[in-house]
Amino acid sequence: MSVANMTQSKDVFLAHFEQLEKQSSGGAAWLLPTRKAAFARFAEEGFPTTRDEDWRYTNVTPIAKTSFTRACSVASEVTAKQIESYLFTKDCVLLVCVNGRFDQNLSAVGELPKGVMACCLSDAARTQGDLIETHMARHALTEQAPFAALNTAMMDDGLFLHIDQGISVSVPIHVLYLIDADAEPVSTHPRNLIIAGPSSQVSVVETYGTVGGGGSHFTNAATEIIANDHAHVSHYRVQCESDDTYHVSTLQIQQHRDSQVQTFTMSLGSALVRNNIATVLDGLGADCSLTGLYLVDGRQHVDNHLTVDHAKPHCTSREFFKGVLQDEGKGIFRGRIIVRKDAQKTDAVQTNRSLLLSDRAMVESKPQLEILADDVKCTHGATIGQVNEDELFYLQTRGVNKQTARNLLVFAFANECLSDVRIEPLRKHLSQRLLTRLPHGEMLGD
Amino acid sequence: MLEIRNLHAHIDGHEILKGINLTVGAGEVHSIMGPNGSGKSTLAQVLAGRDTYEVTQGDILYKGKSILALSPDERACEGMFLAFQYPVEIPGVTTSYFLRAAVNAIRKHRGDEELDAMDFLKIVKEKAKLIKLDQQLLSRAINEGFSGGEKKRNEIFQMAVLEPYLAILDETDSGLDIDALKIVAEGVNALRSQDRAMIIVTHYQRLLHYIVPDFVHVLVDGKIAHSGGKELALELEAKGYTWIADDADKATAVAS
Ligand SMILES: Nc1ncnc2c1ncn2[C@@H]1O[C@H](COP(=O)(O)OP(=O)(O)OP(=O)(O)O)[C@@H](O)[C@H]1O
Ligand SMILES: [Mg+2]
Repeated sequence: MSVANMTQSKDVFLAHFEQLEKQSSGGAAWLLPTRKAAFARFAEEGFPTTRDEDWRYTNVTPIAKTSFTRACSVASEVTAKQIESYLFTKDCVLLVCVNGRFDQNLSAVGELPKGVMACCLSDAARTQGDLIETHMARHALTEQAPFAALNTAMMDDGLFLHIDQGISVSVPIHVLYLIDADAEPVSTHPRNLIIAGPSSQVSVVETYGTVGGGGSHFTNAATEIIANDHAHVSHYRVQCESDDTYHVSTLQIQQHRDSQVQTFTMSLGSALVRNNIATVLDGLGADCSLTGLYLVDGRQHVDNHLTVDHAKPHCTSREFFKGVLQDEGKGIFRGRIIVRKDAQKTDAVQTNRSLLLSDRAMVESKPQLEILADDVKCTHGATIGQVNEDELFYLQTRGVNKQTARNLLVFAFANECLSDVRIEPLRKHLSQRLLTRLPHGEMLGD
Repeated sequence: MLEIRNLHAHIDGHEILKGINLTVGAGEVHSIMGPNGSGKSTLAQVLAGRDTYEVTQGDILYKGKSILALSPDERACEGMFLAFQYPVEIPGVTTSYFLRAAVNAIRKHRGDEELDAMDFLKIVKEKAKLIKLDQQLLSRAINEGFSGGEKKRNEIFQMAVLEPYLAILDETDSGLDIDALKIVAEGVNALRSQDRAMIIVTHYQRLLHYIVPDFVHVLVDGKIAHSGGKELALELEAKGYTWIADDADKATAVAS
């Protein structure tokens, strides 16, 4: 791509930003300078290129050269029926955003337990400005990255969740982000802020989808999680947007003493997906578990970029990512583990497994360990393989035909990740989604 | 039931089976013995349809028809079963899930109605009891983390559920203690009938004490070097295989 082109694409977002500045005069006063500073950072760096080490295998030119329209300026008319296929239970707090705007009618927040605030960010900005200002866009890793900066500058609506000390929320909080636009490409920048008070407990599910016709839409989402002392947070991210879309996500987690955070990242849709997941274990005894699963076929490209920063001693981290690749699908995994100088007794495990179902598919798996402490346990392993012939033969000798046996093995491979999903109806829902995405998955049934 | 005619099989360019002839009639139990590496498992796997082996000469007739062109699952659907010497561990696939898929694949092939979950469970319960297999194992992934004995018992359990016409047991007795051996033998004997046949590959006479064979064959270097009645097993136990191997060498020397 030429330099001129690149400048042009930045101009698309500059125009978006100027529009936004004009409109947001009524918004919270503190937000505008934050947006401005973020946009300046984005404008300075521009879109990353493959010369950038962090983006070596993921070329964002298709995003950079598309003339997007802001999704929030596109009218939408999504019905309750149209969102049904994205829902996994009635027993949850449901927030729905369409084209970057909170949709009151589709949402079902219901009565929240005392000490829980779950609403859209735009509402919270009016009433909880201080809280948001204290936490939002404060974490270095996120803010250096171009897409995160673009999100902060352009941020659309999303979830604001605050749990008071000692409160445990029994139902999951489900946020559904939909794009409803015709073929004309639109962009949206969903933004979420989750603050889990000391000793609180909560599960959040983010689902990204498309309704109506497809188009080369672009979702650039960002979520920040702050897990205070002893907090337990489970975070699930399900991405199943339509085939032609682009999806970049940033998940920034800040963990304090003895907090436990579990994340699950499932990527099923889009032509191009990049997930940036970064957690800072910033308190003694903090523990994180990052699980991921992706399926690619056609010419899909999924890039999972993980950073686990062991900043304090006695923290544990586990990364477990799996991918199933068909056709000319591409999967990238980069797992960076930083162990700071005094983060002794760190225990970090990283696993990346890929199943190649086609010889035209491609996998790049790269661990990156930066260990500055001396008393640490750090293991990583990557495997890339095909369906095991011995297993296939064994199943066949029992009467199961080769195609079904193959599917069974692929499903089993992928399904292993789902055992980390602790919300039973969600696990079932995802298992079903998985089946419909596998070749001849319908043959397996349940 | 089964007729193996001058069967030659290669793997990676090495000839392992060098002209096997064997006829197994309905209702019969045949035992195949022989030294390590003589090709017993190869024969079992070739019969089951493993495509890593190339059949270069000869034929396998099952119920009067050549099965060389059939895939392993087609052979299973026709009623053949192989109990593996080394059962494969398959993470993520539970035994009960997969076995129901197998039962129904076979039933469908035979034109029978598929079993629903309840009917299937009934059969599973009954057979698990027969083989004294802990039912807990069935909800775990296939053979994953099973002990050696549990794996072997799981093979016989699957055989009991699938009710094959021709069962090939490859060293099912190795790794079993005497009690487990008796249970496995009971399971096998329960399946013996006029319209079924079995091929039992073993190193030891002790299994044949419980499953009394009609014929015993000795496989040496890819060929059946000697055949006899059940008393041959006792003789082999007492004298080892060398005398047969020597005889076979002599026979080859005379022939050439
Ligand atoms: N890929 C291969 N390439 C070459 N030789 C092979 C290959 N696989 C197996 N063999 C050889 O084939 C021969 C027969 O093996 P097989 O497993 O059939 O023996 P067996 O009679 O079952 O032995 P055991 O009593 O130890 O179970 C062995 O000598 C073995 O080394
Ligand atoms: Mg063997």
